[in-house]
Amino acid sequence: MNQASENSIAQNSPRDMNKTTNKLSYRGAFNLMVKRDLTIALRHKDDILNPLLFFVIVVTLFPLGIGPEASTLSRIAPGIIWVAALLSTLLSLDRLFKADHNDGSLEQMLLSPHPVFILVLAKITAHWLITGLPLIIVAPLLAVLLHFNEQSYSALMLTLLLGTPVLSLLGAIGVALTVGIKKGGVLLSLLVLPLYIPVLIFATSAIDTAALGLPYGGQLAIIAALFLGSLTLAPFAVGAALKVSTN
Amino acid sequence: MFEQLNLQINAGDIVQIEGPNGAGKTSLLRILTGLSQPYDGEVFFSTTTQEQVRTLKISDDSELFHQNLLYLGHLAGVKGEMTATENLSFNLALHGLSTDSVDENLSAVNLLGFEDSLASHLSAGQHRRIALARLFSSAELAHKAKIWILDEPFTAIDKQGVANLEKLFLQHAEQGGCVILTTHQDLTIAKEKLKKITLAYRFY
Amino acid sequence: MFKWLHPYANPEVSYNFCGKLQPWLFRLSALFLTIGLVWALLYAPADYQQGDSFRIFYIHVPAAILAMGIYFAMAIAALSSLVWQLKLADASAAAMAPIGAVFTAIALITGAAWGKPMWGTWWIWDARLTSELILLFLYLGVIALHNAFEDKNLAGKAAGILSLVGVINLPIIHYSVEWWNTLHQGATVSKLGAPSMSASMYWPFLMCLLGFSFLIAALICLRFRTEVLARNSMRPWVRELAMNSTEQKVCHSSSCHTHSQN
Repeated sequence: MNQASENSIAQNSPRDMNKTTNKLSYRGAFNLMVKRDLTIALRHKDDILNPLLFFVIVVTLFPLGIGPEASTLSRIAPGIIWVAALLSTLLSLDRLFKADHNDGSLEQMLLSPHPVFILVLAKITAHWLITGLPLIIVAPLLAVLLHFNEQSYSALMLTLLLGTPVLSLLGAIGVALTVGIKKGGVLLSLLVLPLYIPVLIFATSAIDTAALGLPYGGQLAIIAALFLGSLTLAPFAVGAALKVSTN
Repeated sequence: MFEQLNLQINAGDIVQIEGPNGAGKTSLLRILTGLSQPYDGEVFFSTTTQEQVRTLKISDDSELFHQNLLYLGHLAGVKGEMTATENLSFNLALHGLSTDSVDENLSAVNLLGFEDSLASHLSAGQHRRIALARLFSSAELAHKAKIWILDEPFTAIDKQGVANLEKLFLQHAEQGGCVILTTHQDLTIAKEKLKKITLAYRFY
Repeated sequence: MFKWLHPYANPEVSYNFCGKLQPWLFRLSALFLTIGLVWALLYAPADYQQGDSFRIFYIHVPAAILAMGIYFAMAIAALSSLVWQLKLADASAAAMAPIGAVFTAIALITGAAWGKPMWGTWWIWDARLTSELILLFLYLGVIALHNAFEDKNLAGKAAGILSLVGVINLPIIHYSVEWWNTLHQGATVSKLGAPSMSASMYWPFLMCLLGFSFLIAALICLRFRTEVLARNSMRPWVRELAMNSTEQKVCHSSSCHTHSQN
């Protein structure tokens, strides 16, 4: 039973004074964090390039394993690209909190005078800019390699645009839970991949539907709903998980 | 580790927590910051709002508590990919402090000449000093953290640096802040100004 | 509001309470399972289409229902542990996870075994079987995360957060799989499960369901008690308990000894 009561604010400093003058706005804190993470990533370019290279290599392996027939490839192309995107996101997730945990900046982040979810959201945004955005840029090129149906390019781009943020958000929960564990890599995939299933299902179905020339707005709307849902809930789960992991 | 510990730390106090390795010094500090939860028990803090004193659990208004808290743990929280200046500026900016005097703060911890080198090129001791440079922020007390919780701040610091830090602690305490620290070294701070808490190692 | 629950927040009290409850739960489950299984496997009418292979339904469906139910119970325990800081809720969630995983596995295996005579193949990407497979992954994730932490207190919290995330995702996954299934398979295979049960099937089914529920409750009690002991191994009451049981053993062996001497 340790009961420590602490009583140490100076008598001559009214509280509202430090509230008003000493505080960065939420937006300011968010921008500061995104800027920091982007700076770090740009000075450590492997972190951006390696998952991207992984994405390209995995997609290249499929024609080699299945055979080069255009009809087969274009039939399974949406699945290949999306599964490769899931795996490469998974690979890049580790850098989200691991380095910060190892050098102690994560503790400082949790003790900063801002709500944790703002900072967490900033870090996830930076992660998506570093890993999700390049995937979207490279995906059409890979789609050419897989004889993608011409009608479904826009569907591919739109599903990736809405879907990859969901991957970053849900993945962040998994990383936050495993960041304190020494060999968390394999565990992370076990925790996160089942959560990715709905995105995978609706994204590939949207692309398939587009290939038939049918409207795919319904699937997109569901992915958008998944995005908004995870955007609002995931940062809180991540915050709670980080508190457990740094304990 | 420890139980039945009841302490009250007031503005103006400098508290040294001592004890052998494994006695729970770091755990106690982490509980005080709220990073770790005690098995049983609570941590409170008080604020003065227009003549009125409010006492809260630290988890009740963690934003307010964190505004008044500066914690330096075993890990320096310094990013290797950023320069010393960038690291310090980020830390100050995150706490809403001005970054004008970054160079002076770095020179106060003897890092003059290393401002623009990437932290990954610096040693672990220099990382700690980058972290400590935050303490030298020239902001008025009203704007900066009043509760300093420092885990072994003197490792990797030379004698002159220790003397500077002790002076800084006294100044901070006089202005109405408080310092809670662990260290193996003997402090030269006068006895009447220093409170000591000794944790003993216990066998079950 | 929680006043009547309050004494059970004490580990010792709930340990003893579960200890008293446990044999009754085992007896009830043995009773219901015997009645239910004998009735279902020997006396209930065979399905007019599927014949006797249909009888696996009496094990498959209760296992599937309860596997899902345990996950929800685990999430509720996790929520109460996170919101009210109930340490015992963590212990109960930790007790439930492996049982839930085993029942999901039972549901999967019996589902596959049912599929063989029905569809001529062990595995078919049926919506329910697929959801059960994913549920198994979710369980294994919770268990793996729990095992990865040294500190059981932290392990409980981390696994709790994961099971809450899982419980929010479970319906989404379930419906997306169902939707995916109808999209890709159309009406080529009929789903598992009975269209409408006649009374002669319903009663043995209910008996089996109750029997399995009591079995699960008893197993949870058992595992919960060991979890409580493991977490409180430093507490005086646990030590006393351990002392008493070893003393009994010593007495027992010494009495045996004297007996043989005589």
